[in-house]
Amino acid sequence: MKKPIPSLHLNADDFIPATSEEKESLVVMRESVNFWKDGLRRLRKNKIAMVSLVFILIIIVFAYFLPSFWPYTYDQQIKYSENLSPFEYGKDEQARIDAGESVFPHICGTDKLGRDFAVRLMMGTRISLTVGLICAALILIIGATFGAIAGFAGGWVDNIMMRFTDILYTIPDILLIIILSITLRPKIESLATVKGSLWMNQVGPNSTALVIVFALLYWVGMARITRSQVLILKESEYVTAARALGAKSGRIIRKHLLTNCIGTLIVTTTLQIPSAIFTESYLSFLGLGVSAPMPSLGSLATDAVKGMNTYPHLLLLPAILISVIILVFNLFGDGLRDAFDPKLKD
Amino acid sequence: MTKYIIKRVAMGLLSIFIVATLTFFLMNMVPGGPFVAEKSISKAAQEALASKYGLDKPIFERYVTYMTDFLKGDMGVSLRQRGRTVSEIIFSKFPVSAGLAGIAVFVALCVGIPLGCISAYNRGKLSDNIIIVLGTCGIAIPSFISSVLLLYTFGSRLNILPTIGLNDAASYIMPVTALAIYPTAYITRLMRSSLLDVMGQDYIRTAKAKGLSSFVTLFKHALRNAILPVVTYVGPMLASLMTGSFVVEKIFTIPGLGREFVSSISNRDYTMIMGTTIILATLIIAANVIVDILYKVIDPRIKLK
Amino acid sequence: MGKGENMAEKLLEIKDERLSFFTPAGEVKALNGVSFTMNEGDVLGIVGESGSGKSVTAYSIMGLTAYPGKLIGGSILFNGHRIDEMSEKELRKIRGNEVSIIFQDPMTSLNPVYTIGNQIEEVILLHTDKTKQEAHARAKELLELVGINEPDKRLKQYPHELSGGMRQRVMIAIALACEPKLLIADEPTTALDVTIQAQILELMQELRKKLGMSIIMITHDLGVVASMCEKIAVMYAGHIVEYGTTDDIFYNPKHEYTKGLIKSIPKLNVEQTERLVPIEGQPVDLLNPPKGCPFAPRCESCMKICLDRMPPKTEFDGTHYSHCWLLQKEEFAQEEKTVE
Repeated sequence: MKKPIPSLHLNADDFIPATSEEKESLVVMRESVNFWKDGLRRLRKNKIAMVSLVFILIIIVFAYFLPSFWPYTYDQQIKYSENLSPFEYGKDEQARIDAGESVFPHICGTDKLGRDFAVRLMMGTRISLTVGLICAALILIIGATFGAIAGFAGGWVDNIMMRFTDILYTIPDILLIIILSITLRPKIESLATVKGSLWMNQVGPNSTALVIVFALLYWVGMARITRSQVLILKESEYVTAARALGAKSGRIIRKHLLTNCIGTLIVTTTLQIPSAIFTESYLSFLGLGVSAPMPSLGSLATDAVKGMNTYPHLLLLPAILISVIILVFNLFGDGLRDAFDPKLKD
Repeated sequence: MTKYIIKRVAMGLLSIFIVATLTFFLMNMVPGGPFVAEKSISKAAQEALASKYGLDKPIFERYVTYMTDFLKGDMGVSLRQRGRTVSEIIFSKFPVSAGLAGIAVFVALCVGIPLGCISAYNRGKLSDNIIIVLGTCGIAIPSFISSVLLLYTFGSRLNILPTIGLNDAASYIMPVTALAIYPTAYITRLMRSSLLDVMGQDYIRTAKAKGLSSFVTLFKHALRNAILPVVTYVGPMLASLMTGSFVVEKIFTIPGLGREFVSSISNRDYTMIMGTTIILATLIIAANVIVDILYKVIDPRIKLK
Repeated sequence: MGKGENMAEKLLEIKDERLSFFTPAGEVKALNGVSFTMNEGDVLGIVGESGSGKSVTAYSIMGLTAYPGKLIGGSILFNGHRIDEMSEKELRKIRGNEVSIIFQDPMTSLNPVYTIGNQIEEVILLHTDKTKQEAHARAKELLELVGINEPDKRLKQYPHELSGGMRQRVMIAIALACEPKLLIADEPTTALDVTIQAQILELMQELRKKLGMSIIMITHDLGVVASMCEKIAVMYAGHIVEYGTTDDIFYNPKHEYTKGLIKSIPKLNVEQTERLVPIEGQPVDLLNPPKGCPFAPRCESCMKICLDRMPPKTEFDGTHYSHCWLLQKEEFAQEEKTVE
């Protein structure tokens, strides 16, 4: 046997047995993090997602808060100030400036009716965002409920429910959108006059119809995702265990299935927002979107198409804005997915 | 195999029947009619027209008549484009839309698959990041915006590409680009994530352990497995491009089926709506059956039931 | 086992190998100074629990370290070549040719979309000058060698048409196709049924006798190493904590972890009253490995020094060595006495 290496400088104390506390202190347990904390930590580390989030916040301020402080309103027509380029002043306004008054500049110019384009962009963004957000929420409610019921019930119920979604998938979107929005519009318009639903006039019955139509159409994807999640979870061992221990169905759904699906649901819902904005914008293009004078980003872009050679900024600004909004919501949704639900792929 | 195809076709026919029935009753629920919008004609004339086309009969009777005629191969006459039959209109417009959509799908596959591979192959590197950014931008731009921007840049400003119709090869460039941007970006992302997934599989490790180069590993062992999700996507994509091309058709003034469809809905041209819906539904279902069969060819594990 | 150590050709020499995985959560130190040598014809067993670094060591011999992993120190000398300094192109010539590997899970290790024949012939065509016909004939020969009947039919089949044991035989055939000098078997029987396990082990013994290549057997099953290997390395948290001949390890274990492992093997010929003794506690977190002995938190005889200093190597007769402060303690005590 070899001698111990002298350079080790050992003394007798070193060989006293260690106490169990000392042993435990060695086990550096990683801070036990729950699902949310862990996901948020990952999300915060994701630079692209954080930058997108900042953009989303800026867009929300731009759409919901800035218009209240803006000196112009979206439907205010200023005489002699039609078709101004950015930072240009109309005849009247120039006169007022010459008289020593200060006039707020038209940062984005004005449209052909002399309306300040900057505030119209803000209102357009507000409408588009509102449509997107409400749609996503409705889709979540309808889709998740439908999918969860189908998945949980299984058997022939599941079969019939899923065939139904297949058929909905096969009918061309545009047909359903047009048919539904035309049928729904008069009903909603009459609803809007009822007391207590004045909020509807704020958004416009037309956009309300749109939101409902989108929700009625696009819950299918959400339902399929929820169903497959439920099916996977239903087969998982901890649910079997819970059932074996006598847990009731309601408890299993609440306690196990929902908590486990929630990541997927959040991600899918977030990604639903840009796709609703996407669809709204192109329906506006077809003249089926929100009605004048209320602008949406899609209708602003559409209105500008005819004059695009003379006033390209009227087209470019809403076009860029739509693309940026969809982009940042998509990027943020991707970030959420990576953080909360790495298994879900596109 | 034959048994499977027969079964799928039968299922498909049933789906088409349900879609047709649903569409028939849905469109009749919509207020207004094909002749209401024409202010030039009197109420009496409207009623005469309605009775001429059988629109005054109860809805169920009309449904039975339509379906029996359809089975005989008669899709009726257009209510708005007088004197033209629905099949005539569809057969003249369908090839235009199909051609456009087909070229766009082809372009999307030819660009998207290689880009997705390059991206996955260089994961984490600069080229990957550039492709991811481009791909994400690609799915963020609605086709009407890209169409209009293309039109503005190349048509109006630079004036190097024709902006109307589909008369020569050059006039295909803009509409095809506008249509293909979204599917290209989508396929790129799909291909990338699917390839990364496959590259993490055990059999890829086996291939590397055999001493195969990463090129052969990628192209022989990974690609064939990774392409499956793309194949699944191509069927619905082709169909949605066919129906979704109306925006592009409208902007570039192309006489395609998509535009025809939208205007027939706004005009309540019932027979046209029915004809087009049935054709498009058939297309979607056929695409799905073909995809399932292709799946079997690519992946021997899949058993067609 | 010192005899003939210099006569046999040295095949593999790993010196102080350090390897880390650079994950988003931080640096995971998978290997922390692994050293061992193998001679031609040796059969070495590497034993340890999941995450101890056995597979990582084996993959690094083929230059197959997975994505965020990186070799950060030490050297790997195989057959006179420095594996750690080789280019990817040079490595490819060795993989599947001079060193080959059998993976744990035969269900997922074969590509589902190609036939068995295609996958065996592929490696033959890559490393030899054989024509397609010759490769086909060789593939058939290999299937016969690994005990698969009706080789002609099997070559045309897809992996999903074969049973697990059959697929593992195919994996072995692929590994043996170019008559490698070193065969790495990464838990080759873990994913199989017990009866199939025995068959595969028997097949490997037989092939070793027939072909005479060196084998590294990675496993957490001590029974497997006892029957196959001449030497055993016991790994814990990226360290080889004990190394010796099979007899040394089984009859004269020195490290507390090895002792624990051996106590936890079920035995047939003992009294009913004797209970299996599990090793308490959790494996170490390789993100923040303790600065002392990695086994200290789970060790029943843990001492103060174990908590903050890595134990040095204590060598015994022949090739047997271990890293444990307890072994140093005995010697220290002796020395103290002589000083007094």
